[in-house]
Amino acid sequence: MVNTDKAVEVINQYIDIPGGLLECLHGIQSVFGFVPKETIDDIADGFNISRAEVHGVISYYHDFKTSPRGKKVVRICQAEACQSMGSRDLTRRVEEILGVKIDETRVDGAVSLETVYCFGNCALSPNVEIDGKLHARVTSDNFEKLVKGEEA
Amino acid sequence: MTVTVYVPRDTASISMGADDVAKAISDLPEDIKVVRNGTWGMTYLEPLIEVETDKGRVAYGPVTVQDIESLHQADFLKGGRHVLCQGLTQEIEYLKNQERLTFERCGLIDPLSIDDYLENDGFLGLKRALKLSEKEIIDDVMTSGLRGRGGAAFPTGIKWNTVYEAQSDQKYICCNADEGDSGTFSDRILMESDPFCLIEGMIIAGLAVGATKGYIYLRSEYPLCKVVLNDAIKIAEEHNYLGFDILGSGSDFFLEVRIGAGSYVCGEETAMLESLEGKRGMVRAKPPLPAHVGLFGKPTVINNVLTLASIPIIMSKGGDYYKDFGIGRSRGTIAFQLTGNVKCGGLVEKAFGITLGEMINEFGQGTYSGKNVKAVQVGGPLGAYIPPQEFDLSLDYEAFSEADAVLGHGGIVVFDETADMKEQAKFAFDFCVIESCGKCTPCRIGSTRGSELIDKGNFELMRELCDLMDSSSLCAMGGMTPIPVKSALKHWENDFKD
Repeated sequence: MVNTDKAVEVINQYIDIPGGLLECLHGIQSVFGFVPKETIDDIADGFNISRAEVHGVISYYHDFKTSPRGKKVVRICQAEACQSMGSRDLTRRVEEILGVKIDETRVDGAVSLETVYCFGNCALSPNVEIDGKLHARVTSDNFEKLVKGEEA
Repeated sequence: MTVTVYVPRDTASISMGADDVAKAISDLPEDIKVVRNGTWGMTYLEPLIEVETDKGRVAYGPVTVQDIESLHQADFLKGGRHVLCQGLTQEIEYLKNQERLTFERCGLIDPLSIDDYLENDGFLGLKRALKLSEKEIIDDVMTSGLRGRGGAAFPTGIKWNTVYEAQSDQKYICCNADEGDSGTFSDRILMESDPFCLIEGMIIAGLAVGATKGYIYLRSEYPLCKVVLNDAIKIAEEHNYLGFDILGSGSDFFLEVRIGAGSYVCGEETAMLESLEGKRGMVRAKPPLPAHVGLFGKPTVINNVLTLASIPIIMSKGGDYYKDFGIGRSRGTIAFQLTGNVKCGGLVEKAFGITLGEMINEFGQGTYSGKNVKAVQVGGPLGAYIPPQEFDLSLDYEAFSEADAVLGHGGIVVFDETADMKEQAKFAFDFCVIESCGKCTPCRIGSTRGSELIDKGNFELMRELCDLMDSSSLCAMGGMTPIPVKSALKHWENDFKD
């Protein structure tokens, strides 16, 4: 169950900030890990906008998720600088290693694999982020170690 | 005696283990003061640590935790010889051959030490600006010839003057820190390594146009920038550089960081305004210009991080000083970023006019893989792919424009001979499919059709589609997606044959 009291508490921190909806959604996501649909009415009420507008903003931005992410979140850059250093092959190997396709969450909820367009670390490509920690010059070999190391 | 060791705290060096290196150095049984400086931008040497000696700062890099023991044995705390020793930082060719104006303090100082900032010419520009009239500040920016460093290269002084002349009870300064182009990180380095410089530039912009409120629209992929900027803003407030009555001048300026949410097109200035207002990042039609009707409907200056960070030096040394760098109508310096499959990647601040070949071969030292260069994409996902035959191209706005290319935000991505240019062309369309805001049809539908046409091999129709997207899209997203596509098809036609 989603704790809507907690959600309202978060929403109230942002409603007086001009244009504060994005900040609010980031705030909701940092508490719940995603934006639960149960919070949308309260967000709409708080900002005095329609539910459609709230949904429109959530669905526009890649960062906002509407379902829980995996326990572990792996993000791989798919942009040009990383492509030039083999990110396409790396992505295929990472999919095999993790047993999940890019932009999907594994059925058991253990891991999500997500696309990012650029971490701004393009002189040290390819880049992979594991649970918020960025790793540069990643190969399929050291990816396996990085993932295992963090699971241990 | 305490030895000072600098270990960078920027995203690139941390991604290569700088935090662990800093800890390992602190743990040595010696009297050491570890300073987390910013980065010099010699990314290929990260983590690049420096030891303060009588002769100056001695650099070692790239350093891993495993190297600390042998460095210690080699007496690195006295600048001892070691295989990783790069000599004095200031004498490293990569850095020595640059012209550092905007980035003069990056790497040198502790980014969050306001004393370091003040000791290295910090806030001199602001102090001078406080003695000038609005018009005098704008005139100096006009004289400098500074053009927007985000990519569009619009003259900054003209933009400021438009906002200055607009009548309103409230005006805004918005810093575009949504550095989304692949192959770019110069904004990130500036914000992580010298945040007060950006803050100073924004305050001066506020003084020039009569704005009292500023926003930094920062992309969510830069979490460390958020921490550093918010800390720096707090420190600046405590020292009365921000807030009410700045330095007793009677002028106010307030600054706030806002975080984006992973949308590339929000780097387009009007989409950024929508996003700052808490809406979908839909591009606005112009006119009205943001300078007249901008954030929350008020006159707004929108400048890139580096544009604003170039203001303090222009103000402290004068527009004429800055104008003396560069070539033709491209005045001053620009931060290039050497990235992708390149041996010596990093930040290179140079006056306009160096050639692409010098950049790739002399600074970059060729590819990382050791194979031949096949293509170089300059200016981000919407920039042209350029073949080695055209490496004599001068890196300035006009030369690139004549060559149907763009300098954009100065990103240079190197590809070796294994690159498949048809795949790259298709990616340009696919990226546009994913990132289009959807407001105009040529971009929203054209990108999807373009990707399909590449699969079908119908390149004649694809060329027509490119012309249509170019001429009728609302913003650069749809309008410039044809640039990488057409350049790939022009120079590597063989890649398009099955």
